[in-house]
Amino acid sequence: MCGIVGLFLKSPALAPQLGSHLAGMLDVMTDRGPDSAGFAIYGEPCAGMTKMTLRGSDMAGLPGALSAALGETVPGTPRDTHMVLSLPTALEPRARGWLAEHRPDVAITGAGARIELYKEVGRPADIARRFNLAGMAGTHAIGHTRMATESAVTTAGAHPFSTGPDQCLVHNGSLSNHRSLRRRLEPQGIAFSTDNDSEVAAGYLTWRLSEGATLAEALQSSLKDLDGFFTFVVGTETGFAVLRDPIACKPAVMAETDDYVAFGSEYRALAGLPHIATARVFEPEPARVYAWTHAP
Amino acid sequence: MTRVVDLQLSSRRALNQALHDLPDQTNETHWTVRNPGGQHALAVGIDAPITVTIEGHAGYYCAGMNKHARIEIHGNAGVGVAENMMSGRVHVRGDASQAAGATAHGGLLIIDGNASARCGISMKGVRIVVKGSIGPMSAFMAQSGTLVALGDAGDALGDSIYEAHIYVRGRTGTLGADCCEKPMRAEHHAELRALLDEAGVDEDTRYFRRYGSARQLYNFHVDNAY
Repeated sequence: MCGIVGLFLKSPALAPQLGSHLAGMLDVMTDRGPDSAGFAIYGEPCAGMTKMTLRGSDMAGLPGALSAALGETVPGTPRDTHMVLSLPTALEPRARGWLAEHRPDVAITGAGARIELYKEVGRPADIARRFNLAGMAGTHAIGHTRMATESAVTTAGAHPFSTGPDQCLVHNGSLSNHRSLRRRLEPQGIAFSTDNDSEVAAGYLTWRLSEGATLAEALQSSLKDLDGFFTFVVGTETGFAVLRDPIACKPAVMAETDDYVAFGSEYRALAGLPHIATARVFEPEPARVYAWTHAP
Repeated sequence: MTRVVDLQLSSRRALNQALHDLPDQTNETHWTVRNPGGQHALAVGIDAPITVTIEGHAGYYCAGMNKHARIEIHGNAGVGVAENMMSGRVHVRGDASQAAGATAHGGLLIIDGNASARCGISMKGVRIVVKGSIGPMSAFMAQSGTLVALGDAGDALGDSIYEAHIYVRGRTGTLGADCCEKPMRAEHHAELRALLDEAGVDEDTRYFRRYGSARQLYNFHVDNAY
């Protein structure tokens, strides 16, 4: 069992409260996932720059050493066990190369123009507090609370998973053909950092998006290629999408107002959102792709 | 006498305990629950002829195991509303999630909106009236009782159904294993008319089609009976 929450803002007026709303939603979903939690939050982009979220320890000297190696000042913003680097997009491949060589102990949890991605082991409320989620602003955010049933409680196994620029996926359920799908994706250049089935679903979408599919098209084709139980919530730089498997094995409820679209594994997670009493509350249908996009 | 319970001020456990502690001849016959906030297991296991109004959305298993009570939800209901109801009446003013009325033995479940997948799964005598549509796999292994949908029915309707009656006014998707359409005879019009009247639905029964068991599955063959 796991809990999923997501919030996609239509109105920029709510942007400063995005993090505090998501933190509240994650806390309510502790009952569904007390082991670990994670979230991706999409903030304002800076032209030509990439945000790279790192997870590790002893990273205080990392920005300085990386700056020296790249010949460019790379500021790093520490948040508990994570750090967000801001670097020119053109330097991202070199930065990745340097990290792989000099700091193999550090994991890159996500990278892109807008995404920041944090995950840790522990109670969701504690994790939100450690990263100061409530103080974060943005356009959309996705979170996950995990109750590990088939693999160990580790930070690497926590969601969201990001396998492409500005992409993230959270999953409630289990996939049965992830091994064979992984063998199809790896030759296509999709790299995986865990043995987790959900990461394969993220990689599948990354592959389809890289082939030119829209987010909605990529999810539509996943209905044919993925075998198992799933409710997915997916984020891209400007998009937010939801898909449930054809028998809707895992719970999902959504709310939409003029100001936002919200997703929760249970309605309880949405109960604290603004104007929820007058929102259109509905249960997404099985095997139907729901997608929203901001103008880029 | 009306009791008002605000779930922002007191706990769901306290509410359910107070409902369970009611004596047979209680005078506290009207209960109003404010700020339910989608909490699970609200007003479950009641065994008294009282009325409970829930002012908002309810979570999972609301009104489960109900006996005698009239429970009205002014909002949506989560998974398994009125599951295993024995008697009484549960009325959802909004939509219901999956497995509404699951395994229920008796009583009347009315859903003003839509019900999602597996509505009436393994129903054992309950009568369910859905004014909107019902999702896929509804009435799966339904044993007894009546399921009515004024809207459409999703795929795999009535899979492995036993003796329950299904009436659908709108379109149906695929029919599940051993489910078939059956003629509407006079007794079916009468049964449906009485149920629609009880649910307050003014709709002509001639617009409905009836579905039930073709009785071809393994367990219907006498050679397989124990």
